[in-house]
Amino acid sequence: MGSLLAAAGAGSDFPLLNALIFVPVVGALVVALLPASRPDLARPLGTLFAAVGGALALALAWQFDAADPGFQFESTVSWIPALGISWNVGVDGISLWMVVLTSLVVPIVLAGVDPHHNPKPYTAWMLLLQAGSVGAFVALDLFLFFVMFEVVLVPMYLLIAGWGYEGRRYAATKFFIYTMAGSALLLVAIIATAVLGSPDSGITFDLQTLAEGQFLGQNTARLCFVAFAIAFLVKVPVVPLHTWLPDAHTEAPTAGSVVLAAVLLKLGTYGLLRFGLYLFPEASDWAAPVLVTVGVVGVIWGAITAAMQRDLKRLVAYSSVAHMGFIVLGIFAFTAQAIGGGVIQMVNHGISTGALFLLVGMLYERRQTRQIDELAGIQSAAPVYAGVFTLIMLSSVGVPGLNGFVGEFLILIGSFETRRWWTVVAATGVILAALYLLWAYQRVFHGPPAAADRQTADLRRGELATLAPFVIAAVALGVYPKPLLNAVEPAADKLLEHLEIHSDFEVPDPGDPVVVDHGNGAGEHDEDGH
Amino acid sequence: MAQAQSVFVSPAVDWWVLVPQIILVGAALGLLLVASLAPRALPGWVSTVVAIATGAAAAIVAAVQWTIWDAAPRPTLAGAFVSDGFSLLLTVLVGVGVVMTALVAHSALDRYDMAPPEFAALLLASAAGAVVMAGANDLIVLFLGLESLSIALYVLIALAGRRASTRESAMKYFVLGAFSSAFFLYGIALIYGSTGSTNLSGIGDFLFGSIRETDYLLLAGTALLLVGLGFKVAAVPFHFWAPDVYEGAPSPVTGYLASIAKAAGFAALARVLYVALAEQGTAWAPILVGLAFATLAVGAVMAICQSDVKRMLAYSSISHAGFVLVGLSAVPAASGLAQWTAGGGDAVSSAVFYLIAYSFMALGSFAVLSVVGPELQSPDPDASAHSFSRYGGLARRRPVLALAFTVLLLAQAGVPLTAGFVAKFEVIRAAIGAGGYVLAAVAMITAVVSAFAYLRVVLAMYAPEGAADDGVSAPAARASRPRWGGLPLTSVFAISLAVAVTVVVGVFPQRLLEWSADAVLSIIL
Repeated sequence: MGSLLAAAGAGSDFPLLNALIFVPVVGALVVALLPASRPDLARPLGTLFAAVGGALALALAWQFDAADPGFQFESTVSWIPALGISWNVGVDGISLWMVVLTSLVVPIVLAGVDPHHNPKPYTAWMLLLQAGSVGAFVALDLFLFFVMFEVVLVPMYLLIAGWGYEGRRYAATKFFIYTMAGSALLLVAIIATAVLGSPDSGITFDLQTLAEGQFLGQNTARLCFVAFAIAFLVKVPVVPLHTWLPDAHTEAPTAGSVVLAAVLLKLGTYGLLRFGLYLFPEASDWAAPVLVTVGVVGVIWGAITAAMQRDLKRLVAYSSVAHMGFIVLGIFAFTAQAIGGGVIQMVNHGISTGALFLLVGMLYERRQTRQIDELAGIQSAAPVYAGVFTLIMLSSVGVPGLNGFVGEFLILIGSFETRRWWTVVAATGVILAALYLLWAYQRVFHGPPAAADRQTADLRRGELATLAPFVIAAVALGVYPKPLLNAVEPAADKLLEHLEIHSDFEVPDPGDPVVVDHGNGAGEHDEDGH
Repeated sequence: MAQAQSVFVSPAVDWWVLVPQIILVGAALGLLLVASLAPRALPGWVSTVVAIATGAAAAIVAAVQWTIWDAAPRPTLAGAFVSDGFSLLLTVLVGVGVVMTALVAHSALDRYDMAPPEFAALLLASAAGAVVMAGANDLIVLFLGLESLSIALYVLIALAGRRASTRESAMKYFVLGAFSSAFFLYGIALIYGSTGSTNLSGIGDFLFGSIRETDYLLLAGTALLLVGLGFKVAAVPFHFWAPDVYEGAPSPVTGYLASIAKAAGFAALARVLYVALAEQGTAWAPILVGLAFATLAVGAVMAICQSDVKRMLAYSSISHAGFVLVGLSAVPAASGLAQWTAGGGDAVSSAVFYLIAYSFMALGSFAVLSVVGPELQSPDPDASAHSFSRYGGLARRRPVLALAFTVLLLAQAGVPLTAGFVAKFEVIRAAIGAGGYVLAAVAMITAVVSAFAYLRVVLAMYAPEGAADDGVSAPAARASRPRWGGLPLTSVFAISLAVAVTVVVGVFPQRLLEWSADAVLSIIL
């Protein structure tokens, strides 16, 4: 199909996606087998392997055909034929950016963040995390996806438990159990989907076969969707399934927090798109009102709770809950703009929240505290740090010209067509985000500095280099998000078409001023009000 | 009439079928003979070598038989014993289990004050019992196998009777085991009374070939058989002996109990239910489902309450038995022949797969306990031998061993890319295929509960506290011992084998899936 043409057009059948998964795996093995006398080699070597993965991801983005809405770079290898399971990977416009984000974030944090002890296992686990996450984003087989989805738990768990802060053991266990509880039902639902929903030709776990065929009965499909959705909503996370997140984020080592925010949370929203909307279109339409509500509750709840935090890292963690709520709203608003905005926002959240965690980690390195009231007036002692923090913070708030604005704006404008009142409430979340971030900024960076604050060192060159990609991406995507959007839009359109075919849902015509459910109103209003 | 009684016609014996049993029993008797006649002529390592060689020979012979006969059933002894894919696959498992147990026990025999020849002979005798159970096609033969296995095990545990807890454990196992045997025998009697046969195929044929009213005698017999075998596999509510016995027994023996003894019990259960009592599926399937619910829940919940690693693994073993029951209970709701063949095949093959996968995890885990046990020093003498606190810092002292144990524990928790995950996947698939959605969901939720118990051990191993306790800094501790320093190589080999099988089967399960599916063809109608 298209994928074959794309591969042929690029003039190679190099299995790019498999390489993206296995290069970090090989790297992890190499690092693990390093002699115990040379632990200093682990991080440079691991960074190299991770960076090769990053380079491959950039090559993938380069060769990706944005006009093709289907899956590209597909490669299928029979794995467990007895159960109709194959190693089936491919990317479309939705997963492409997740793969790129993952493959770039891991080498950056590996290079930029010092684990302080046991660099060998630390590096190996980080590489496995990269491999597992990429695997989950490109899996086109339900079994393979579940394997990858679960496998990323183990390195993350060990990273939190091994390299985290004081409460790490509690936080690590909570993270593992929460996610595993969600995926327990996911496994049952995956098996049920395959056993009951396979075509007569035999049991299969192939995503496209199952999604295009839609063999499940309505009630079964809805039940399965609920199980899928719970597993993903735990991962996102939405209120009230979010309580593992502040603990995990706060106690995780800086690199762990960054990867958790930038990559692992996306597994939830990506799962909702790929294995919710695509696999269960009818059930998604049925459950959409609940899910958009849950998303909006997350936006408001996360923002209010973030404002209450005394710990800077916890504040960033709760801001994650709010941002992810936006994405859930965007996904289940069922318009091309909102879904596109959701995908863009996934990338943006990875950039801005990832960078915020890096910045908070750097501050902790200097001061051994993250308590907001123990910090003041950092701006005068560390002006460059304050400058970078400001920029990233504004991108997280969603100020025009920076990346956060693009995603949030698209989500709001897209949702307004189908979910007007939810959008109105969610829009207040943007204001709240400004409130809690600026308030925290004011307390930490302004005011009269104490003696300790005055001695806070500014950013070193290495730290600047670590932050630079995030800053550049934040500005670049804010000014020119078109390349991202170009790849996402066809995939989003195709997904909506799929939804229209298999459910009662009808995509509202953007030119039509009459909105399906909620009376009159044109989308332009929101632009002005916002 | 009188004439007929006086002449006993012995049934034809297909000796080739009985080779694995003959090897096992012959080696056991030979060891006993030499040990009693010339005790000095037998150094400890010879017994271990004999046990390993015998176990390996039995496994290899069974594998060869499988290949030659293509897993087709070959009944012998007037149909009282049958060699088919099912029995051969389990014979291979038993043989490998014997090899691994002998390897692990070799270095521990001194510590437990166990005489090597006796240990090896009893191990082989119990293995012979297990193999007989796997192939028994007659309730009486099944009982003989069950008793050979059990009596050898009672003595095997009591052999290490220096510690009071071990003696108590052996006594408890003996009394409750004998009790359950009585249930089992009474069940045989009632079923014979109802169907006029003790032959499993004969009972099956009779039940399918006759139209009867509800037969309470048969139902009572079935229930008693379930009680008897329920004891053997430690299904809740017949599990009370298991934690104490597992904890009190020497760790290598515990591994054997949790894997091979349990597998033999389940093999007997599967054959009785699916060959003899298939027609009664609507009667026993709900009971099995109930047992599965109880076993899963109690095993998982009790596992997280434990403060002792060995006892935790004992309860987790109960919870794994629950998963096997989930598989076995996945009887198709419709009792048509076609559905029965398809669904029943999934049910038993998933249970077989689970048993094989779990056996390696259990053997490996208890092997780790066995090598770690003598090293665990605790300032508090009242703390139990394997309390969690004693595992603190294990990862620093022995990083590779801790990693191996972590893999085995995560496999038991059902993390993907391990055999434990594929095993859970299979039983859940069987359950869903039979419409048991609730059971499947509950099973997976209890798996999460158990995961917490395993994570506690992992956390304890990787916690820094223990390293601080023993007063030796990590680099110094590591420098004082080479990589495998002090660890018995035999145990290291057994643990490596267990980990390797767990991971390889987890990543490439196709072959074992095929074998399990082939194995059950002969016992599903």
